Amino acid sequence: MALLDIKNLHVEVDGKEILKGLDLTVDAGKVHAIMGPNGSGKSTLAHVLAGKDGYQPTAGEVRFNGRNIFDMQPDERAAAGLFLAFQYPLEIPGVATMTFLRTALNAQRKKRGEAELSTPEFLKRVRDVAGKLGIDQEMLRRAVNVGFSGGEKKRNEILQMALLEPRLAVLDETDSGLDIDALKIVADGVNRLRSPQRAFVVITHYQRLLAYIVPDVVHVLSGGRIVKTGGKELALELEARGYAEYQEEAAA
Amino acid sequence: MPAVQETVDQVRRIDVDQYKYGFETVIESEKAPKGLSEDTIRFISAKKNEPEWMLKWRLDAYKRWLTMSEPKWAKVEYGPIDYQNIYYYAAPKRAPQSLGEIDPEILRTYEKLGIPLREREALLGIQKPAGEAAEAGEGNGYGKVAVDAVFDSVSVATTFKAELAKAGVLFMPISEAIQHHPDLVKKYLGSVVPISDNFFATLNSAVFSDGSFVYVPPGVRCPMELSTYFRINERNTGQFERTLIIADRGSYVSYLEGCTAPVRDENQLHAAVVELVALDDAEIKYSTIQNWYPGDAQGRGGVFNFVTKRGDCRGRSSKISWTQLETGSAITWKYPSCILRGDNARGEFYSIAISNGYQQVDSGTKMLHLGKNTTSRIISKGIAAGHSNNTYRGLVTSHRRATGARNFTNCDSLLIGDKCGAHTVPYIEAKNSSTVFEHEATTSKISEEMLFYCMQRGLSQEEATALVVNGFVKDVLQQLPMEFAVEAQKLISVSLEGSVG
Repeated sequence: MALLDIKNLHVEVDGKEILKGLDLTVDAGKVHAIMGPNGSGKSTLAHVLAGKDGYQPTAGEVRFNGRNIFDMQPDERAAAGLFLAFQYPLEIPGVATMTFLRTALNAQRKKRGEAELSTPEFLKRVRDVAGKLGIDQEMLRRAVNVGFSGGEKKRNEILQMALLEPRLAVLDETDSGLDIDALKIVADGVNRLRSPQRAFVVITHYQRLLAYIVPDVVHVLSGGRIVKTGGKELALELEARGYAEYQEEAAA
Repeated sequence: MPAVQETVDQVRRIDVDQYKYGFETVIESEKAPKGLSEDTIRFISAKKNEPEWMLKWRLDAYKRWLTMSEPKWAKVEYGPIDYQNIYYYAAPKRAPQSLGEIDPEILRTYEKLGIPLREREALLGIQKPAGEAAEAGEGNGYGKVAVDAVFDSVSVATTFKAELAKAGVLFMPISEAIQHHPDLVKKYLGSVVPISDNFFATLNSAVFSDGSFVYVPPGVRCPMELSTYFRINERNTGQFERTLIIADRGSYVSYLEGCTAPVRDENQLHAAVVELVALDDAEIKYSTIQNWYPGDAQGRGGVFNFVTKRGDCRGRSSKISWTQLETGSAITWKYPSCILRGDNARGEFYSIAISNGYQQVDSGTKMLHLGKNTTSRIISKGIAAGHSNNTYRGLVTSHRRATGARNFTNCDSLLIGDKCGAHTVPYIEAKNSSTVFEHEATTSKISEEMLFYCMQRGLSQEEATALVVNGFVKDVLQQLPMEFAVEAQKLISVSLEGSVG
């Protein structure tokens, strides 16, 4: 059984159809890249998977680990192991990053019927993960994303992902606005989490990130549908030739 | 999406009245005849065995009150209050002679409220060494806190009295202070909030039945938190407590009050007066967790809370700090203020006011700079949800002679949903050129994006809201005594239940 199985998905935003019959199957252990021009529906896909209000599925189905995802609230999807790394992580004034991490982790554990982590256990885990991502304790004491640089925000997303250990992580243009050093740190974080049980959907506009996170499968999303699927070499092809031919195809 | 609808329904059912303190205690009580008249006042005064001067003081207030009318300038709306349809005095019939004789029903009530009165040994008058007593607060999460508990109109128990007496601190019901320390009471009562101050304060002066009295002698640092718990139990009663705290030269005291009431369809009136006096180099920290019954989801019932609280920094370098967490009451009309009379005096006001359902809050502070180099700081966080209205109203003034006066004000409002309102009404008057007053204000709406971000990490919508709100009020929460910060945090979550979805 595929970890993520999307069939003929149609999604409307503000009454306008953005996804128009999207099919996608992702098996555990794989990294899928979704590339496409601006406005093709990449972020819509990320948001509808996570369950954001205003993204209205009108046809088709999405199964995550066999469950119909539309029967689940966003927090239930998270507890079931679906993680979205935001393109624009939100700031939460007054809430220390450490508090946020702990609240999130324990909320998920509670929903899964697991015991909450004790303070020492939790601290040990955070230090361990943060250390590997080059995040210092000072950053964990600051309010969530408040005053963080672009790179720090993205690293914070990867930190949350590493701590929450999802089954499926969707990375929504995590590479946007990152310099090459930050990009490498983020890629390292993802690569370290790759495992036979876990899958990634990496959404990106550029091939750049895929040099560091090498995908198993590359899809081209255009006009709300997957128009081409290939191996990692497809990303290089796109980099060289652009999206023009696919846009025409989608329009036709 | 069926699951979504189901959750929405669940949240609707929870709604605002998750009021956990709404039970009623069935005990026999003795009441004054309904309504307000000279006879009512004589009845109360006689019940308290008061000296003639006290009765005269009350009657003076009553005569003034008859000539006054209710203030109408606040942004609150309510039907007329029938002052003749209220009981002004209600007392449990079995008047306790000592802690051990308190009606077990009342003890059970306080137990349900989770207040530290349940330190049974203390209640039974068993003396323990200081350290041990502190640890004896098994499972109740509190450190050592001396409590004066006021049930309807009378004070039923004051704990740790003996230990406080050793330090020279007087902490007792005000009715007792009138008997045993008339000189102190005469000297200070009405010296901060005069009997003619305002409609509700004058009413209180005429009919106040009990409340707490604290006197901290020169140079003494009060060895524990002092606390009063107020509860309105009887139907149709008003609660009119009077609190007087005097910190003599170089002393320090931290005081906390908590308030609850049963769920009732009709409105109950609460008109309290609190007076604080800080002499040279003294400091008073006054914290309130106000959780009167807020009314039901349709806005029926709830406590009308019309309170006058004022502190007088009478001495040089004295300091008064108000911290309040307001979550209850149908109507809140309350402006804890500081008169900065002594040179170098400092006043502080930290406030969290949360309104949900149909609650109306009009609250804020006054900082009156009279002395030289006086400083004040105001941090106000208003959170409006449901159909509520939440107003900050503040006044900062500096007198002609108050050179070097400084104030910093920060008022932030947070809106949850689109049917509530937040308003900020700051008045600023600087009467000398060396004054520096700063004012910052923001209004923001809790964003769907922020909630979605938290939910994507596994928090339910309500957990997400509580987390965001806790972040919003953090600066103020930190000002509460540690023993109560946890309780306050829980209360914030409870007050916001049903505010989303």
